[in-house]
Amino acid sequence: MAAPAVIFFLLFAVVPLLGVVVLSFMAWDGLGTPVWTGTANWTRVLSDPVTHNALWLSLVVVVVSWAVQTPLAILLGVFMAGTQKYRSFLSILYFLPLLFSAAAVGIAFKALLDPNFGLGNALGVRALAQDWLGNPRLALLTVLVIVAWCFVPFHSLLYQGAIRQIPTSMYEAAMIDGVGRVKTFFHITLPQIRNTIITSSTLMIVGSLTYFDLIFVMTNGGPGNATRILPLDMYLRGFRAYDMGGASVVGVLLAAVGLTVSYLLNRAARTSSMDSQMEGA
Amino acid sequence: MLSNNFGLYFLNSVFVTAATVVVVLAVSIMAAYVIVRNRSRFSSALFSGLLLGIAIPLQATIVPVYYLIVQLGLYDTLWALILPSIAFAIPISVLILVNFLRDVPGELFEAMRVDGASDWQMLWKLAVPLAKPAIITVGIYDALQVWNGFLFPLILTQSAENRVLPLSLWSFQGEFSVDVPAVLAAVVLSVVPVLAAYAIGRRQLVSGLTAGFSK
Repeated sequence: MAAPAVIFFLLFAVVPLLGVVVLSFMAWDGLGTPVWTGTANWTRVLSDPVTHNALWLSLVVVVVSWAVQTPLAILLGVFMAGTQKYRSFLSILYFLPLLFSAAAVGIAFKALLDPNFGLGNALGVRALAQDWLGNPRLALLTVLVIVAWCFVPFHSLLYQGAIRQIPTSMYEAAMIDGVGRVKTFFHITLPQIRNTIITSSTLMIVGSLTYFDLIFVMTNGGPGNATRILPLDMYLRGFRAYDMGGASVVGVLLAAVGLTVSYLLNRAARTSSMDSQMEGA
Repeated sequence: MLSNNFGLYFLNSVFVTAATVVVVLAVSIMAAYVIVRNRSRFSSALFSGLLLGIAIPLQATIVPVYYLIVQLGLYDTLWALILPSIAFAIPISVLILVNFLRDVPGELFEAMRVDGASDWQMLWKLAVPLAKPAIITVGIYDALQVWNGFLFPLILTQSAENRVLPLSLWSFQGEFSVDVPAVLAAVVLSVVPVLAAYAIGRRQLVSGLTAGFSK
């Protein structure tokens, strides 16, 4: 009964995963037959400053996205799990970015942020009429803000669900003991949603390693190489420069980084859960 | 946009999304059933393999996927989008369904087994009805992902007749980059169907997603 799922997953995920390693040692322009070239792609791509830049940018994107989105998502999750008056209305608003395609979001923001036709000029606010996506110093920052706008709602939804499952008796006990809200948050809410933090972080990190649609639509990796993160580097090498071997090297890097990070996260999670159990005993 | 084959792109998106979701749901519920009910080495290996699919960015494999699709003779067809989309949606779908099915008391299955039910009957008459909320959640989540998908259409299709909505927005923008209002109108038009679906199924979607992911 598991066979169909296994076959699909083997054919379109496991085989390509092995295939990307094999192709990283071959020269292929996307049309002819791949030819074995040994480590040529690897030495070329690894010594290319464009790759170094892409690796660095991807690292920045992963770290900044995680550091910005996780606290925001947790706080929003706490808020949405509560019983405030405007909660349901706000929950509808928060949900919207989840529904739209990255292409639609990217195109809309590109128009809104246009220095000549965009929102800044329309409102007559000089400070807003920047070339947000065309200025190499602002482009990555702008992209990161929009990416956060897109993804925080999904993660706050995860946290909302996790927080709702915390037994209310724990909060009642804290209230009777006269523990303040901040202390309650750090001593009850955060430890109780530890597993969700791991799940959300894994999804967030793998997700930010593969951000493609939005950045491709908004900047195409530019200006210069200012937003050319690893997935864009992979696409531009493979499907624009017809260097599939080089693109495969970048693909292997991406997969390796993703696997390493998830492994470390899971190990950290296991250690911390053992620690806390011992504390409790 | 309307005069630019919006209807065709819309139908392409509907076909790709529907075909993907139906197959993903069918194969994922079967796999989840095996993982929950068969405590064999195979099923736990299968589960860890699928979990790896979540941990590794599968988009990293786009070059071999392209190669495979070309070799299968499916390049620039809608099937080129459906087959990899199914594979990429399986890990998270199985994970959510397994989390849900694990909470079904084993006694229910044992009772059916005693009555002589086969695995198929237990799957269809017990697991599927009980897991309905999770199935709906997974279905909506996968549908959103596929409907909004951009990378596969960009790489695996070429001609206008196989264009799906997100890609059509992008190419429309390329052709009419000066006409900002027209491009924005197209964006709004593309969002309307999703918004309509959301307005109808909001409660189910939000409660399903919060419950389904946070176990």
